[in-house]
Amino acid sequence: MTTHRLHPAHALRTRDVRVSFAGTEVVAGIDLDLRAGEWLGLIGPNGSGKSTFLRSLVRLVPRTGSVERGDGTPPGPTDLSLMPQSPELPPGMPVMEYVLLGRTAHLGWLSMESRADRRIATDVLRRLGLASFAGRPVRSLSGGEAQRVVIARALVQQSPVLLLDEPTSALDVGHQVEVLELVDELRREDSLTVVAAMHDLGMAARYADRLLLLERGAPVALGTPDEVLDDTLLSRVYHHPVRVHRLDGHLVVLPQARALHTPASAPIPLPDRSTPASPRSGQRDLGDGSQKPRSRKLGSAGPHEEVS
Amino acid sequence: MTTRAHAPTDALDEAADRAFRLSVPALLGCTALLLLAILASATQGAAGLPVEGVVRALVGALPGVDLTQTLTPAQEAVLWQIRLPRTVLAALVGASLAMAGAGYQGVFRNPLADPYLLGVSAGAGLGAVLALGFGLDLAWGPIAALPMAAFVGAVLAVTGSVLVARGSFRDPATLLLAGVAMAALFSATQTYALTRLDETRAREVLSWLFGRLATHGWGPVTLLLPYVLLAGAVLWLHARHLDVLRLGDDEARSLGLSPARSRLVVVAAATLITAAAVSVSGLIAFVGLVTPHLVRLLVGHSYRLIVPLSAILGGAFLATVDIGARTLVAPAELPVGVITAFVGAPFFCVVLWRRKADS
Repeated sequence: MTTHRLHPAHALRTRDVRVSFAGTEVVAGIDLDLRAGEWLGLIGPNGSGKSTFLRSLVRLVPRTGSVERGDGTPPGPTDLSLMPQSPELPPGMPVMEYVLLGRTAHLGWLSMESRADRRIATDVLRRLGLASFAGRPVRSLSGGEAQRVVIARALVQQSPVLLLDEPTSALDVGHQVEVLELVDELRREDSLTVVAAMHDLGMAARYADRLLLLERGAPVALGTPDEVLDDTLLSRVYHHPVRVHRLDGHLVVLPQARALHTPASAPIPLPDRSTPASPRSGQRDLGDGSQKPRSRKLGSAGPHEEVS
Repeated sequence: MTTRAHAPTDALDEAADRAFRLSVPALLGCTALLLLAILASATQGAAGLPVEGVVRALVGALPGVDLTQTLTPAQEAVLWQIRLPRTVLAALVGASLAMAGAGYQGVFRNPLADPYLLGVSAGAGLGAVLALGFGLDLAWGPIAALPMAAFVGAVLAVTGSVLVARGSFRDPATLLLAGVAMAALFSATQTYALTRLDETRAREVLSWLFGRLATHGWGPVTLLLPYVLLAGAVLWLHARHLDVLRLGDDEARSLGLSPARSRLVVVAAATLITAAAVSVSGLIAFVGLVTPHLVRLLVGHSYRLIVPLSAILGGAFLATVDIGARTLVAPAELPVGVITAFVGAPFFCVVLWRRKADS
């Protein structure tokens, strides 16, 4: 079964993509050339512009610069599908209806789903092992199930590029792997291009072909996980000493000695910082005098995501 | 993957088939309710009409049907000139308000929204006061001054709200607040104008404000019908947009919908239909708020079911309630808006109570 149009031209190219909020630049010139079937991981601390960059690609925030499909034309709503960080799950909406809403951009002016649209939805649900969930309200699903349903909705959009905004941030480690494996499987089968903002650097290294490291909206490094996950570079960008280890063939990024539960009041000497740790100890806070833009959604990250 | 359950194929296909579609039993049931309400309303009143005779008259009026009529000529006259116009008007007004209520609830993603939210009621009220009390003559062709003035007032008030919110259909909260402000302004003006009227005229205005269904002939029906058909079709075609909007503006946009444009169209259609209904019937409370909720209890939350079923059930509800308005204190008449509130408010309280208990 193919749910996606296979077309070599359907990769993505961005040139000098910039986003500003109230005079502060939060995405500062991103150039990318993505192959069909490639997985790019966006990494960087909170507020580094990962989410905003993804949202700017589908014009949810105004941007400058160019975004093109491989053939040079601008992408439409059927070319990019965004899986939001915290998707809205409307009360009383069954899974089947939720997934069918993904067909919006494909419908004619009468806004009616055709037999083909319904067929695509059942195919995707079956493929994702969600067949028995079709009648359940989306609100009644567990985190992992809901995330699969959201992926199903993104898949019925049948766009060749899948944008994932921290797809696993609400999941335990088992479900994280399950969701990421699923995305990986789908992109291999359908040559989907995946751009995923990811907090967990180890997971990012494991699934992405290339990583783009952002700092205050600007690209700092772009390359394979081996190239980008560098002790010195990460320690500088994340304002915390980290070590990159190789374990069973996987890259693992470990934060150094500073315990996660250090009392907030204790001043901790850090390479780049002159101020004490924030009250949410163990996590980088944005308002630390380093003048990082605060304009993106705050509170989007759980307390232990950043340094995992 | 670990948890890949497989349901029987036909169950999944069936779910896909059912999604967003009106089930035949629900549609038939609601239509039967509407017909029953119309029949009851047509037979009950100051002069009771025999049910069988009325059924024969109604069915016999269908093209190609030939039935022996049993009504006397006087009863025929009551049925066709008095009872039926009023019944049909009640059903149309109920349908209009209920559909508009569903539309507004979808636009604002708020189940407490009702058709009067953006100032329709206050605007229509002011128009009515000016027309009735001060002889402001907006009559246009066959359309009397009061409906015309009320219609213009309602549309002006909503337009005012939209302008104050700078047309920001991206930000429904601002629009809502603008509506509150505009309604307050128009209400105040209307109240002031009322105090300047003599008692007879003030009473006439008040009875209109409480909602009263006109009793003279088919005029109001022909006035309202085009709006119901046109705006109803627009609302129905945009019901899917309202379903997408339930995902929030960002997701709706990333799915290819323009939330602002969809809101503009729905608000325009809902406002027109409300203004038209209000202009012929005055302010009838609670139909627009309660009916969509009732439909949600029956068939779930998709606006593609809520909009058409609200129209049918809203019509049935108002036609039924109007029987009470005509008969409870006969030979006098209660304002129908009073009864809708009397029935609607407790019902709504029960719904809220039970919903709270469920969650």
